[in-house]
Amino acid sequence: MPEDTNIEKKPRIGVFICHCGSNIGGFVDVKAVTEYASTLPDVVYATDNLYTCAEDGLNNIKESIKEHNLDRVVVSSCTPRTHAPLFQRTCEAAGVNKYMFTFVNIREHCSWVHMKEKEKATQKAKDLVRMGVARARFLEPQEETKIDVTPAALVVGGGVAGMTAALSLANMGFPVHLVEKEKELGGFVKNLHGLMMTKKSANEAIQPLIDKVNAQKNITQYVNSHVATVEGFIGNYDVSIGTEGSESKEVKVGAIIVATGAIPLVPEGLFGYKEHPNVVTSMEFEELCNKKEIPKLKSVAFIQCAGARGQKVSYCSRICCNVAIKTAINIAENRDNMLGATEEKAEAEAGQVVEEPAAEMKAEDEGLERRRRRRGRGRREADEAADEGGAPSSGVEITVFNRDVMAYGVEHELEFNKAREKRVKFIRYLPDNLPKVSTKDGKLEVGYFHETLKMERTMPVDMVILSTPLVSQPDAATLSQLLKVPLGQDGFFQEAHVKLRPVDFATDGVYVCGTCRGPADIAEAASQASAAASRAAIPLANGYVQAEALTSRVDETKCTGCGTCVEVCPYGALRKNDDGISEVIVAACKGCGCCGATCPEGAITMTHYTDQQLLAEAKAALEEV
Amino acid sequence: MAQKHHTAHHGKKHEPDKEWEPKIVGFLCNWCSYAGADLCGVSRFQYPTNIRLVRVMCSTRVSPHLVLDVFEAGADGILIGGCHLNDCHYMTGNFHTEKRVELMKRLLKEAGIDEGRLRLEWVSASEGEKFSKVVTEFTEGIQKLGPSKVRSDDMMKAKVSAADDASQTFRLKALVGKEFNLLSKGNAYGEEVDAEKLTGVIDVATQDEFERALILELARIRPMSVKQLGMVMDVPTDKILRHIVLLRQNSKIAMEHPEGFTPVYKTIAIGGEQ
Ligand SMILES: Cc1cc2nc3c(=O)[nH]c(=O)nc-3n(C[C@H](O)[C@H](O)[C@H](O)COP(=O)(O)OP(=O)(O)OC[C@H]3O[C@@H](n4cnc5c(N)ncnc54)[C@H](O)[C@@H]3O)c2cc1C
Ligand code: SF4
Ligand code: SF4
Ligand code: FES
Repeated sequence: MPEDTNIEKKPRIGVFICHCGSNIGGFVDVKAVTEYASTLPDVVYATDNLYTCAEDGLNNIKESIKEHNLDRVVVSSCTPRTHAPLFQRTCEAAGVNKYMFTFVNIREHCSWVHMKEKEKATQKAKDLVRMGVARARFLEPQEETKIDVTPAALVVGGGVAGMTAALSLANMGFPVHLVEKEKELGGFVKNLHGLMMTKKSANEAIQPLIDKVNAQKNITQYVNSHVATVEGFIGNYDVSIGTEGSESKEVKVGAIIVATGAIPLVPEGLFGYKEHPNVVTSMEFEELCNKKEIPKLKSVAFIQCAGARGQKVSYCSRICCNVAIKTAINIAENRDNMLGATEEKAEAEAGQVVEEPAAEMKAEDEGLERRRRRRGRGRREADEAADEGGAPSSGVEITVFNRDVMAYGVEHELEFNKAREKRVKFIRYLPDNLPKVSTKDGKLEVGYFHETLKMERTMPVDMVILSTPLVSQPDAATLSQLLKVPLGQDGFFQEAHVKLRPVDFATDGVYVCGTCRGPADIAEAASQASAAASRAAIPLANGYVQAEALTSRVDETKCTGCGTCVEVCPYGALRKNDDGISEVIVAACKGCGCCGATCPEGAITMTHYTDQQLLAEAKAALEEV
Repeated sequence: MAQKHHTAHHGKKHEPDKEWEPKIVGFLCNWCSYAGADLCGVSRFQYPTNIRLVRVMCSTRVSPHLVLDVFEAGADGILIGGCHLNDCHYMTGNFHTEKRVELMKRLLKEAGIDEGRLRLEWVSASEGEKFSKVVTEFTEGIQKLGPSKVRSDDMMKAKVSAADDASQTFRLKALVGKEFNLLSKGNAYGEEVDAEKLTGVIDVATQDEFERALILELARIRPMSVKQLGMVMDVPTDKILRHIVLLRQNSKIAMEHPEGFTPVYKTIAIGGEQ
């Protein structure tokens, strides 16, 4: 046994060894282990139980604590992963701090894996108990601290996501500070013309949300503004908001939501962009629609994944196929007379479109009908369907060059079918054979390799629309550093876990939603925003957070301020104080131990997992008995 | 007991000793590998009884000096188990573990301990069977290597102790502590760091720090001359001399003139008194 250097008061350890019916008792001589345990240093009481976790066993622990004046408890049974909380509560009920408890696993790690070697398994169980007792001798009681939370939130970004999140928190009664860097709320949607699957214009769709935000008294808006500094941790952030032309404002919040959106890639040097006239990005096309500046069109080509999936960025931008399908349908329908003074017929049809009942109302029958048509639909039938009036074509030929169409989900799939019914052509290209945009005699054309016909072809067009991916905001890194939350490989904000914690950051108290965490459409951005708001509401509504008792502790006399620990902590839980010495933000520390193993000065101790405790436990395994 | 080991493995080939059972310690992270070991039990996959498991919250907690200290105490083998990369409960924890294990292996090599005595494995909570395979394979490997000589061979013990000390020097801890971040995020100026160069730097630093620690370890036991140190350690005397100059500057070692001309060196005990 290691020397009792810092054991001030002689420990009084009780050891409880479980038979777990025959689960342990059948393969390990529990009586022998118990007898052995009673001989170990500082063990004042050792006993065996048929089931330590049953009422009897738990009472036995409680009574023994009283009777033998135990100050620490070792239970030797199954796994701490399922049973530690139960025994810890029992200890606490009898007045022993729950951190004065040690768990020894002699079932999963012993009796169940050594079922044919009772003697050796018994020896191992003795060793394991000795290790547990060695650890127990160095345990110290720990307190779990509660940290107060300021019940207010900061939302950065005033697009769909930011507004939705701000509104849900404000509706729950929390004051919200909404910071937007542009001069007005609305975000990227303000640039758009029409939206997918609705006949409303983008502005009509977003205005009600803006109105609600304006009407919500709990929301304080800061436009033309940015987050200048952030200090603190979950529950207690001091934020300074800088606003153009006025003094910065200090606010206190308990949670922060990041909703700063994304921007489409500018396809410099790709597909004749800026080189030939009438080669535009899908965003520019939306703007041209808004300004009613679409030239006369007879033939339009979309090029999908322009700059994405291995060109300028590696990922698929998720929304561009659906955006292209939307735009293609709008062109085919000559929506809002977007094609300007083309043929009269087109105008007449455009008129009809406006008079049509709202899309939402019609959607059901249309969907049904399309599904019916799709079933066993042959080429001819489809053509017939189109001739029957399915395709109020504006007479514009529309081609979508794509690698594969990512129209995910039934509703997008139906839109895809609708586009095809409107005679929009979808032509596949392979990544090693990209379409080429050029001009011949001043006329724009697209050259491509027809994968089915296996031949090069060219297509004269009036306009090329490049579907470029969403990319992260150029200033995302600034905010990421201010908030100490990470950006992923692609420059988007990185959530704590893609599947299990999609709107949390690893750092508690900061949440993320919308396109700043990756491409998303409005509906997705809005649902993420509602999710982020409800996650943020947990600490705000509780009014406190429970800090871990397992944290790092810095010895100020040893720390030289080298900063290595600050660098490695994945949670930003360490910072340098005014003296340049590292300090732990207890509320943010998760107790992983990385800083402790890293500190070059050995200045960091991990509570409950000290070097002394771990070494005592591990070295006890090596003792000869 | 120790005496018996001494004879048992002094011959070139180790005769499997009937009585000898390897002592193996495993450090497992709570979230994946410990859970994997639990599942292994629940599924009744059997493995040899030699391993004793210690639970830590994350494999990143396992500092090199913990492992080297346990080797110094006589462990025949040590297993470190963590979550698969990118699955660590604390995100980047096990990337640091990887770097630390590289350092541990470098130091074991310096100390003349077979690197096969240390194993790092990623075991997820669902890989119960994998856990039993890993432990079985590892135990068999240790059986083949025979008992650790640390308990029977004083020089070996001094070397492992030196490796332990070296692992706690500011230089090695700072280098290895920053290694993962340097490689994944570049240096403080945003420049990319050449992985090969960095490995080279750490290799040199490891050897230097180990040799210095060993000088201190040996000169603690008894005062020694540069020549003696060079012979015992199998390091050129000019290099030993360079180490000694530095150690004297840092007041770690003192010079003595007991027998005529050749000075000998003695480690200054902590607290300053000679
Ligand atoms: C061409 C194109 C067409 C599209 N068409 C459709 C469609 O038809 N239907 C659909 O559902 N989706 C469509 N989308 C997607 C849609 O635009 C997004 O889903 C939506 O804008 C996401 O909202 P958001 O709030 O996350 O981000 P944004 O709308 O980008 O809002 C982010 C806000 O944060 C602000 N901001 C950024 N950085 C900071 C900072 N540091 N400090 C303060 N404020 C900051 C920005 O100014 C902006 O106001 C389209 C996208 C493109 C590119
Ligand atoms: S790593 Fe250690 S010495 Fe360096 S700042 Fe952190 S606590 Fe201080
Ligand atoms: S223990 Fe982990 S979470 Fe806590 S301060 Fe250290 S590195 Fe950060
Ligand atoms: S929690 Fe398993 S390696 Fe970090």
